[in-house]
Amino acid sequence: MIKTYAEINKKIESGKAVVLTAEEVIDYVDKRGLEAAAKEVDVVTTATFGPMCSSGCFLNFGHSKPKMRISEAWINDVQAYCGIAAVDVYMGATQLRQNDPANMYHPGEFRYGGGHVIEDLVAGKKLQLFGLSYGTDDYPRREIRTLFDINDLNQAIMVNPRNCYQNYNVAVNASDKRIYTYLGILKARMRNMTYSSAGQLSPLLNDPYYETIGIGSSIWLAGARGIVYAQGTQHCSLVERSENGVPEEGAGTLALSADMKEMLPEFVRGASFKGYGVSLALGVGIPIPILNPEILRRTTVRDRDIMACVIDYSSDYPQKTGKVLARYNYEQLRSGEVELEGKKIPVTSLSSYNKALKICGLLKAEIEEGRFLLSEPSRRLPLEQGMKSLNIIGPGR
Amino acid sequence: MITKKIYLYFPKSETEKPIVYQLVKDFDLIVNIFRAKVTPEEEGYLSLEVTGTQENIDRAFTYLNGFDVVIHAGNKGVRWDESRCTQCGACLAHCPTLALYMINRETRAIAFCEENCVECLACIAACPFGACSSTF
Repeated sequence: MIKTYAEINKKIESGKAVVLTAEEVIDYVDKRGLEAAAKEVDVVTTATFGPMCSSGCFLNFGHSKPKMRISEAWINDVQAYCGIAAVDVYMGATQLRQNDPANMYHPGEFRYGGGHVIEDLVAGKKLQLFGLSYGTDDYPRREIRTLFDINDLNQAIMVNPRNCYQNYNVAVNASDKRIYTYLGILKARMRNMTYSSAGQLSPLLNDPYYETIGIGSSIWLAGARGIVYAQGTQHCSLVERSENGVPEEGAGTLALSADMKEMLPEFVRGASFKGYGVSLALGVGIPIPILNPEILRRTTVRDRDIMACVIDYSSDYPQKTGKVLARYNYEQLRSGEVELEGKKIPVTSLSSYNKALKICGLLKAEIEEGRFLLSEPSRRLPLEQGMKSLNIIGPGR
Repeated sequence: MITKKIYLYFPKSETEKPIVYQLVKDFDLIVNIFRAKVTPEEEGYLSLEVTGTQENIDRAFTYLNGFDVVIHAGNKGVRWDESRCTQCGACLAHCPTLALYMINRETRAIAFCEENCVECLACIAACPFGACSSTF
C-alpha cells in the first residue's frame, strides 16, 4: 500500500483527510494494526516548542526621505546586522541589548535581547529604530530615529539556520558549585537534571531517517505557513541510533523560514537564561504524510523508545570530552525523577510538551479543514553526514 | 486557630512603628515573616503569615487599619503570570514548597498555588520567560 502526496492533498482539499497527532497515532495503531491504520491515516502532526538559539529575522524598513544606506542599526537598543542592502537588517535571537553588563556581575540577568525584539515585533508592539550611516551620494542621510511596528515593514521574514534538533543532551552538574547554562540553572552535586525535547511529539524523532521531512517541506512555524529551506547547521545524521533508528543524541536539524506577519505571539517568546544569555523559544509543527506503513510505524515512537544522553555541563560539555554519564528514555525523564549513581535526581524540561501538544492539535485542525496542504520535499536531508570540530592552528594555539 | 497570609504596604509615614511586635504581644499571633523591606524615611513592604484565633486576627486587622497601612490578604509578594508561562516546567526543580507544580500530568500544564509560596524567589531566576515576578 503506497499513497502519494497528490492523493493525500486531494483528500485534504475535499476535507476528508484523516489526521492524527503524534500522541493519538500511538494508541490508534495499537488498536487497528499497522496495515489497516496505514490505509486509514493520511497525516500525523508532530510539533515542538522550546528555545532555539539559531533563530533570527530579516526586516525591510522601506526608504526614508532622503534615503539612507543604514550601516549600523539598533532596534530597542539591540544591535541588528546591517552588512546587507540599504534598508535590510538581520536581527539575531541571541543578540544582547547595548550596554547589557552580560556576565560582568555573574550571573547576569539578560532581561532583554534579540529574542525579545522578535517577540515584541510579532506581538505588534511599537519598537524604536536607531540607525547610523556614513552617507553616500545616492544615500545621503546619516542618522535616523523613529518608531515602527511590524505592519510598517515591507517584509519581516523569520530565517532560522538551526531549529528542531532531532534529539538533545540531558544536562547535569557534577561540580560542587551551581552553574548557569542554556539548559537552565544546574544545582551543584547533581541535585537537578534538565532536558529539552518534545520526545514522542518531536518532528524528527517521528521521521528519524528524514523520509518525508526534507528541503521544501511545508511546515507550521509559530502559526505561519513556513518551509524547510535547507539542512540545519550542525546537521549530523551519522550518530549512534537505537534499534528503532532513533538517534540517541543531537543528530539532524532543520533550517526554517516563514513570514512573521502571519505568526501567533503565543508561539514566539523571548527567553532570558540567567548567567547565559538571551534566546528565542519557538513553536514548530510539521505534518508527516503517511505514504506507507513503514512511515506510519515510525510515527508511533513512544517516549520510552527514545533515549537521551546525560552530560556533565560543568566539565565534560565545556571541555568536549565526549563522556556520557548515563542514558535514560523520555518516559523516565518525564516522570520527574531518575536515579543516577544511587541518588534520586529531580528532572525538568526546557521544552514545553504542553505547547507542543497544542501545536499538534492546531495543525491537525488546519489540515482537517483543508487549509494546510503538504508539499513533497525537492531534496532529502543528508543521511551520511558527520560533524567537524574546529581545530586551532597557527599562533593562537 | 487559623493561618492567614498577608502582605502589608507601609507608606513613608508609618515605617517607624513596631507593628510586628504589637501583633505578637497584643494579639497573641504567631508571625512567620517571608520577606520584609522596611527602612526609615522610605516606603516598606512586609510579607508574612499570621496564625491565631479568628477573633485575634480580626482585632489585629482592626489595629492595622488604624494606621496608614495597606493590607492585602493572600499572596501579593510573588506573582505568576499565566500568560507569560510557556508550561515548560523549568521552575519545578527550583521551587522548594511545590507552590509551582504540575496540575495535569497528561497535558503537563503548570499551575501556581499561592498558599504554598514562601517567597524564596528561586523561580524568578529559573524561569526564562519572566513568568514569575516579585512585587519588591
